[in-house]
Amino acid sequence: MLRKYLDKIKPHFQPGGKLSAFQSVFEGMETFLYTPRTTSASGVHVHDAIDSKRVMIIVVVALLPCLLFGMYNTGYQNALCSGVEMSFWAMMAYGFLAILPKLVVTYAVGLGIEFTIAQIRKEEIMEGFLVTGILVPLICPVTTPLWMLAVATAFSVIFVKEVFGGTGFNVFNVALTTRAFLFFAYPASMSGDEAFIASKPICGLGGTVHYSDAVSGATPLGQLATGADHITNAVGDPVTTWDAFLGLIPGSFGETSTLCVLLGAALLLITGVASWRIMLSVFAGGLFMGWIANVFQTPTYPASMLSPVDQLVYGGFAFAAVFMATDPVTAARTGLGKYIFGFLVGVIAILIRVYNNGYPEGAMLAVLLMNAFAPLIDYCVVQANVSRRLRRARSNS
Amino acid sequence: MAEKISNKSVLFNPFSKNNPVIVQVLGICSVLAVTVSLEPAIVMGMSVIAVLAFANVIISLIRNTIPTNIRIIVQLVVVAGLVVIVDQLLKAYTYDVSKQLSVFISLIITNCILMGRLEAFAMANKPWPSFLDGIGNGVGYALILIIVAFFRELLGSGTLLGFQVVPQWCYDHGYVNNGLMILPPMALIVVGCIIWVHRSFNKDLQDE
Repeated sequence: MLRKYLDKIKPHFQPGGKLSAFQSVFEGMETFLYTPRTTSASGVHVHDAIDSKRVMIIVVVALLPCLLFGMYNTGYQNALCSGVEMSFWAMMAYGFLAILPKLVVTYAVGLGIEFTIAQIRKEEIMEGFLVTGILVPLICPVTTPLWMLAVATAFSVIFVKEVFGGTGFNVFNVALTTRAFLFFAYPASMSGDEAFIASKPICGLGGTVHYSDAVSGATPLGQLATGADHITNAVGDPVTTWDAFLGLIPGSFGETSTLCVLLGAALLLITGVASWRIMLSVFAGGLFMGWIANVFQTPTYPASMLSPVDQLVYGGFAFAAVFMATDPVTAARTGLGKYIFGFLVGVIAILIRVYNNGYPEGAMLAVLLMNAFAPLIDYCVVQANVSRRLRRARSNS
Repeated sequence: MAEKISNKSVLFNPFSKNNPVIVQVLGICSVLAVTVSLEPAIVMGMSVIAVLAFANVIISLIRNTIPTNIRIIVQLVVVAGLVVIVDQLLKAYTYDVSKQLSVFISLIITNCILMGRLEAFAMANKPWPSFLDGIGNGVGYALILIIVAFFRELLGSGTLLGFQVVPQWCYDHGYVNNGLMILPPMALIVVGCIIWVHRSFNKDLQDE
C-alpha cells in the first residue's frame, strides 16, 4: 500500500514536477523504506541490492543492546541513588523517557541540516546520520541539556561533515566530535559527580537524587582521576570487574555495559559490517598499554593500578573500540593500516586515561587523534608496498 | 611603477577584496592569540594600524637609500623601534590590556603582514600612498580581529568589552557559556566562517 502511494506521488518529485525541489527528500524516504531497485550495473561493483542504508540499519540494530541496557541502567542508578523502589519495567520506562528527548533532538537537528544542505546542493540525501543520531545520545551523560546536544550536533554535522563534502568525506568521526565539542565547551555539564545519573523524577517515575558524601555519581574512572584509592558505585559499595562488565555503574548512557557492546560487536562481525582487524587491534593495544601501566604502577596516577582487563571494561573503551574506531570512513583502509590504526587507538586511549588526570577517559580523544592520522598511515602502507614491489620487479629483471 | 594605482583603492582594497587576514591569510597567529575578548583585540588592532602606517612611511622615505642586501634588517629595525614605542605607550596608559596582550605586541615585529607590506609596497612607492596602504591593511587586519573577538567574547564569556551582555535569566534557565570559544581552535573556525561568508559574496576569489 505504501509502495503504491509512493509510486503515485513519485511523478511530482521528478524533474519538472511541481514538487521537484524536494526530490532528494523524496528519494531519501523512498530508499529508506524500500530496498533500491537499481543495482550498480557496470564494472567491478558487487551487484547487490545492499546500499549504505542497509549497512547503517545493521549498525543501528547492533546498538540496540546498548540502548536497551542504557535505559535499564539509567533507571537502576536513579533508583539506587534516590532510594525509590522501582520495578524492572519502571526502570526501563524511566530510562526510555530520559533518552527519548535526546534521540528526537539529535535526529531533528542532524537530519534537518542534512536535508537542507542536500536540497541546496541538489544531491541525494545521504544516510550517514542514521547511525550518528543514535550514537550521540549513547555517548553523552544522561543529564546533558537538550540545547547543548542540539548545538554540538549542529556544530559537528556542519563543520566536520558537510564542510568536507557530506557523508563519506568527513575527516573525523561525527558522533565523537559532538562529544568532544560538548566536553570542551561545557566541561561542567560533561564530567564530575552529578552528570552521569539522572537525578530528577520523570513523569512520576523515579525519585530525586540528593548528592551527599554518601551518594556520588562519579564514574569509576572519574573517581580514579580525582585520586580515590578504591572504586565505589554511587552509594559507596565497591565495584567489581563483573559489575563493570555488566555495566551497572554510572557512566554515559549507552557505554557502561561491555557485555552489550560485545553483543553488538558480534552482530557487526558476523554481518561483516565492521572490520575485525580494527576491533582486535584496539583491544590488543588497550591490553598492551594497560599492562605497561600496570607494571609501572604508581600512586601518582591512580588509574595505573587497574589491571589490564579492568582497563578494557571501564569507561567507554569497549564502546569506542567497537562502534567508533571501526567507522569505515574515518579509520585506516589498508589491511596493515587497520592493525596499526587500531593498536594506536588502544594504546593512546589508555595512555591519556592513566597519565593525564585531567581527562578521566581517553578513548574519545584517542579515536579522534588517530582519525587525523589514518590517511598518513594508509599512505605509508601503500608506499611501502609500492617500493617493495618495485624492488622485487627490479631484482627479477 | 607601470600601472598607476589610485590612492583610494590603495586605502580601501585591503578592507575586503585584498584583506590581509582572510584573503592573503597572513598574521593568523595573533588572530588566534589575542581575540579571546574584545578589548585586547581593539588595542592590538590599533597598535598594528599605527606601527604599519608609520613603518610604511619611514621605509618609503628611505627606500632609495637602503642597500638591497640588508633591506630586511633595516625594515626590522624600523618596525622594532616603532613596536617598542607602542609597547611603552600601552604600558604607560593601559597597563591591564598590555598585561593581557603580553608578548603579542612585541611579536608585531614578526607579523607577516608588516614584512609583506614593507617589501611589497613601501619599498616601491612614495610616502603618501604607503601611508594609506599601511592604514588600509591595518584596518583590514583590525576589522577581522574585532569580528572574531566579538563572537568569541559574546559566546565564550557572555560579555562584550567586559560588560555582561547575556542576561542573567538565561543563566538561570540553564544557559552556559561555551568554553570552547575561549580556546584557540574556535578562533580558527570563526576565521574560517568569515572566509566562507566573504568568499560566497566575492565569487572572483573562489578557487576552482
